[in-house]
Amino acid sequence: MKELIERLRSKFNAKNIKEQRKNFVFITVEKKDLEGCVLYLKEFEGYGHLTLLTALDWIEKDQFELVYHLHNYSNKTDVSVKTFIDRKNPTMVSINNLWAGARVYEREIKELFGIDFPGCPRVNDPFALEGWHEIPPMRKDFDTKKYSEETYFPRPGRYTKDNVAQMEEQLYPVEAEVKNGIAETVRKK
Amino acid sequence: MTEVNNEENKIIKPDYCDPELFCTALPKEVPRMNNIIQKFYDWAQANSLWLLAFGTGCGSIEMRPLYTARYDISRYGIAPRPTPRQSNLFIISGYVSVKTLKRIIRSYEQMQNPKFVIGLGSCTINGGMYWDSYNTINRLDHYIPVDVYVAGCMPRPEALIAGFDELKKRIKEGRGEGANEYAKNFAWYKANQKKIIKDWDMPDYNW
Repeated sequence: MKELIERLRSKFNAKNIKEQRKNFVFITVEKKDLEGCVLYLKEFEGYGHLTLLTALDWIEKDQFELVYHLHNYSNKTDVSVKTFIDRKNPTMVSINNLWAGARVYEREIKELFGIDFPGCPRVNDPFALEGWHEIPPMRKDFDTKKYSEETYFPRPGRYTKDNVAQMEEQLYPVEAEVKNGIAETVRKK
Repeated sequence: MTEVNNEENKIIKPDYCDPELFCTALPKEVPRMNNIIQKFYDWAQANSLWLLAFGTGCGSIEMRPLYTARYDISRYGIAPRPTPRQSNLFIISGYVSVKTLKRIIRSYEQMQNPKFVIGLGSCTINGGMYWDSYNTINRLDHYIPVDVYVAGCMPRPEALIAGFDELKKRIKEGRGEGANEYAKNFAWYKANQKKIIKDWDMPDYNW
């Protein structure tokens, strides 16, 4: 694993290397190096299985993070290759020529995050959402609770009760009242 | 029936609402007779329940032991059928996404009168644990009429058997009038369905 990390560092300028376990490592590469990096891992290092391809929304950094999780069957190790792309114009190179299974992941990410993969077959077809007109629902700026309340006729009378608060009210009613009163006054000020 | 145009990489949908292919007549209300023959019909209908084997959510897992040797629903005279044309009891088992709701409406409208619906699980009542999801409906009774709800997450097959008993009782009392209710409030149900299903490409009533 150590030699592999050294090779990736020299070839693809891999940064933020984090050894999660002794057989599992996270690396971060530039967007332009990513296709070469996963191709190198597949063809020369034996990481032939694409376990997972997913996206994360870092709205405060104005970036999307893409995670390519690869597995090696011969020595049972995993490498997770990450890259950051711009959130304003999210486009990424498609890797469907390396793994045919990546088509499904890319289609799903296109629908749920709005990241485009030009050249991937049927990437614009609806996956689970038919006739979706809003912004992609897995983005952080999409308010799913507000959308659900406006769209899906919520049944009135639904309330939640925190376990701690309920037990306090049952067992120590006076103390709970005093504590909540103090908390409310402090919050008001 | 769909053709893929490779130049624009987009599906071209055919016109599903062709009146030559589909009957466009709307559903009609069948008035009750209020005599002893009607009572005999109710009794007979309560003892002739054929359920549509269509699992919409996680609850369909509970329906497999219900059909088979462990709980064996056929000892109560209830059996699954594979198509909506042959069944009169629709179990909405669990959460309903918008994509599934479209198929549920098509299947429900193809079932023959009299038809009954059991909502299985909390998700059909108020959304359950998916109450704030962007893709899961909250109240099933806004889209199709529901006779009996079985609450729980997930209810066990015994609870569903109790739900069948409740449904039989309702039908014998003459309260299993879901199909008539659907025909009576057809415009309201259709408006709710079309509010949710944005790409409506079905006829308004397909049977």
